[in-house]
Amino acid sequence: MSLWSRFATNRAAVAGLIVLIVVIIIAILAPVMFPKGPWAMVQRPFLAPFGTDGLPLGTDTLGRDVMAGLIYGARVSLLVGLVSTVMALLIGVPLGAVAGFYGGWVDEIAMRFTEFFQTIPNFALAIVLVAILEPSLTSITISIAIVSWPPVARLVRAEVMSVTRREYVDAARLAGLSNLHILTRQVLPNTVSPIIVMASLMVATAILLESSLSFLGLGDPNIMSWGYQIGAARTVIRSAWWLSFFPGVAIVLTVLALNLIGEGLNDALNPHLTRKGKS
Amino acid sequence: MAIAGTILGRLLKAALTLFAIAVLNFFLIHAAPGDPAAVLAGEAGAADEQMIADLRAQFGLDQPLYVQLYRYVGNILTLDLGYSFRQGAPVLDLILERLPATLILTLTAFWISLLAGVALGVAASARVGKFTDSLITGTALLFYATPLYWAALMAVLVFSVQLGWLPGFGYETVGSGYGGFDRAIDILKHLILPALTLGLFFMAVYMRMTRASMLEVAQQDFVKTARAKGLAPSVIRRRHILRNALLPVVTLAGLQAGQLVGGAVLTETVFAWPGIGRLMFESLAARDYNTILGVFLVSALMVIIFNIITDIVYRLIDPRIGQKA
Repeated sequence: MSLWSRFATNRAAVAGLIVLIVVIIIAILAPVMFPKGPWAMVQRPFLAPFGTDGLPLGTDTLGRDVMAGLIYGARVSLLVGLVSTVMALLIGVPLGAVAGFYGGWVDEIAMRFTEFFQTIPNFALAIVLVAILEPSLTSITISIAIVSWPPVARLVRAEVMSVTRREYVDAARLAGLSNLHILTRQVLPNTVSPIIVMASLMVATAILLESSLSFLGLGDPNIMSWGYQIGAARTVIRSAWWLSFFPGVAIVLTVLALNLIGEGLNDALNPHLTRKGKS
Repeated sequence: MAIAGTILGRLLKAALTLFAIAVLNFFLIHAAPGDPAAVLAGEAGAADEQMIADLRAQFGLDQPLYVQLYRYVGNILTLDLGYSFRQGAPVLDLILERLPATLILTLTAFWISLLAGVALGVAASARVGKFTDSLITGTALLFYATPLYWAALMAVLVFSVQLGWLPGFGYETVGSGYGGFDRAIDILKHLILPALTLGLFFMAVYMRMTRASMLEVAQQDFVKTARAKGLAPSVIRRRHILRNALLPVVTLAGLQAGQLVGGAVLTETVFAWPGIGRLMFESLAARDYNTILGVFLVSALMVIIFNIITDIVYRLIDPRIGQKA
């Protein structure tokens, strides 16, 4: 069976993929759908949803269109989720690969370093980093990458260790190939599938982290995001529930979609690992 | 003997970790834009020129970097976390005053999530592929994707604003004059929503882990033997499978405890719970870096202590561990 047909047998994963594609299209088309941008005041504040033509989700505390904010918010979520995950992979994969491949004291040092970062409370470190570097899209992305790479390093290390013990790697050594060649051409390609699965779940976690930072007021002040919308509406939850409700639904849907895709990829890429009863 | 050695090793490692975090804090202060003394004093003009000059002298900002580092780390290791000019009090005092509330919240959330997660995981694994399993697994997936702070806000909306069942704000009823038992009940009522919403995400994590672990152990030979002996399925599940399946869950719970402390920042912010998480949130707006770094250090310390406890519990549950090493 091809990869796609194996993935397609998991209906939840396909549903997740469809949701994700819709969110991506919305994010791309945001400027076309709302040329005035998410910050424009369009009506009087606190308009309830479903009541006014052209404002399906009502207006916020400053008379801004909640729908426009929601659509623009998709952009920052996806962007930060994707870029921070790529950055975390760029730290975690080389570190884990070198540790697993060389072993010995290299492994010892790399793993102590990784363990240190795993001990520090993730979210607290992200808060401290963003607060100190001043909130901006760059500092948020970097901070999320810094707190997200340790599991990648551990995974890659374990995979590389098990692959390096196989016979074909010994054969490559006997053939006189350099360590670098063996690691990058013979070993790492065989560790790709678990990394892909982990990466899809990391994007989901990164989106949650970004929204939590923005909720606390640590978002980029120039960019509309779902977390900011909820954070700004926190104190008026009693009178204007819709301001925090809809952005939250958007986050749940997107994160859920990514998690479902991750599980689907896991089943499709590692069919022999799929446990009985894990439907 | 073995346990004493372990504890000693763990304490040594904990001290090293703490030292490393102190060093990290030092470099973070220097990474912040602007004069470190001004950074520590809080940017928005909370400190006058004299204070900043004093700070400069105290930190020896005219000294080479390694001398500054030595002084800073020395201060932290003697539990001098600096002074909050914003709040007009030493950071350590501020934190100690708020720590009990955070401990109550995180420990309650931890136990709720662990017990509920394991119970649901066992229930799901007992009915694999059936409706109950799908329901539990689906709910866990949903909780897993829900931001902590949003779950908290929605809980306030439903249970506090709409239904009026539980208070959605604060630690106890202000000015109620409750004492003794009444006060404990009052605090407990205030605790329910924050602890539940903080625990939801972690409950989902433990549930998934327990279910997977139960299914894995159920495949092993000794379970087949127990079945062949004619033991009742419920006895096998409880005595044979669950005992073994719990080990990876305990490990995970220890690791996840750190995230619980981080999550408390969000929960305490929503519920105005007077803990160190709320203190951190207030310090963010005030750019009170000394307090932010202090809370960060203390939360890391909490994680380290949590991990040591997990390690000991783990060794008590399974004496095999530690013998190999």
